[in-house]
Amino acid sequence: MAADQSPLAQFEIKRWVPIEIGNVDVSLTNSSAFMVLTVIAVSAFLILGMRRPAMVPGRWQSMVELSYVFIASLVKDTVGTEGRTYFPFIFTVFMFVLVGNLFGMVPYGFTFTSHIIVTFTMAMVVFLGVTAIALKKHKMRFFTFFMPPGVPLIMAPLLVPIEIISYLSRPMSLSVRLFANMLAGHTLLKVFAGFVVTLGLFGVFPLAFVVALTGLEIVIAFLQAFVFTILTCLYLNDALHLH
Amino acid sequence: MPQLDVNTFLPQVVWLVITFTALYLLMWRVAVPRIADVLEARQRRIEDNLDKAQESKKEAEQTLAAYEQAMNEARAGANTHITEATARMSGEAAEREAELALDLSARITAAEDEIAKAVDDAMDNIRAATIEVAAAVLERLTGEAPAEKDVAKAVTKVLKSEGR
Repeated sequence: MAADQSPLAQFEIKRWVPIEIGNVDVSLTNSSAFMVLTVIAVSAFLILGMRRPAMVPGRWQSMVELSYVFIASLVKDTVGTEGRTYFPFIFTVFMFVLVGNLFGMVPYGFTFTSHIIVTFTMAMVVFLGVTAIALKKHKMRFFTFFMPPGVPLIMAPLLVPIEIISYLSRPMSLSVRLFANMLAGHTLLKVFAGFVVTLGLFGVFPLAFVVALTGLEIVIAFLQAFVFTILTCLYLNDALHLH
Repeated sequence: MPQLDVNTFLPQVVWLVITFTALYLLMWRVAVPRIADVLEARQRRIEDNLDKAQESKKEAEQTLAAYEQAMNEARAGANTHITEATARMSGEAAEREAELALDLSARITAAEDEIAKAVDDAMDNIRAATIEVAAAVLERLTGEAPAEKDVAKAVTKVLKSEGR
């Protein structure tokens, strides 16, 4: 199989416009182009949909309001009223990941959420931000988080390391979940799409499978954006309320 | 695997930071407040309308209460009128009846008197006739005219024993 026909070729980073500032490589790649496209699409969707706000919303305005209310109620349910301050950030995370995932489903599109470095950077921002919020709010009491209340002291040597490891693995699980889902889905699509051609007439079977899988992938695009968002909310809730 | 190519990490992270920050600022400063304003305005409008509906309901209830009170008053007034009229009419009827009864009894008395007088007259006539007949019969039988006084006495006595 030639290199450009590999199922992983779709994840190749291509430097469209090589830019270097000092010694730092900040080239405009296909990945960054789709990030910019995502920002433009999300802003256009949300801002243009609200250009002439009506008391009784039309279809577009309804969709904008629906996405807002969806995340607002998610934040309210998981974090509570203190979560209002962080709502713009969580809303941004949701829309960015969701539209990024969906652009990956467009033919010839590029899925920047299928790159571990992207999801890991986002997860680290969430992790460090949440930890900073917790430290600022609870000062040293934050470290009681690693010792759940009501646990006998004798269990501490066992439990505290486990809690610390589970806390530190949060950015890992958060980033790997999104990355792996996107990677696996798109690879599978590509593999089966390759069968369509090689099987000739019998290619209709993998074709039907690819169609079904495309629907599933769109669902997963929503679901993973939602999971990423709700986990961010849960971590934020832990930071604000400890246990 | 292209994901593990370390050379691509830096441009991706840089662009991620730029684009995500840009989107965050746009959301935070423009989109979110705008949507929140619209939703809040709608919520306020709905609450306003609910308040207004509540007020209208209260007003309607007050109007209904006033109407019912007026109806009750009118009904009570009508009842007193009816009672008064009934009392007045029955009084008048009783008066008229009493008058009528008085008049009737007077007339009855007069009629009875007349009848009694007529009966007396008739009796007197009968007695006179009887006396005459009796005298004539005696004259025929005895050939001698009896004393009118005795005949009258006997006839009166017989009539009295007959109850006339």
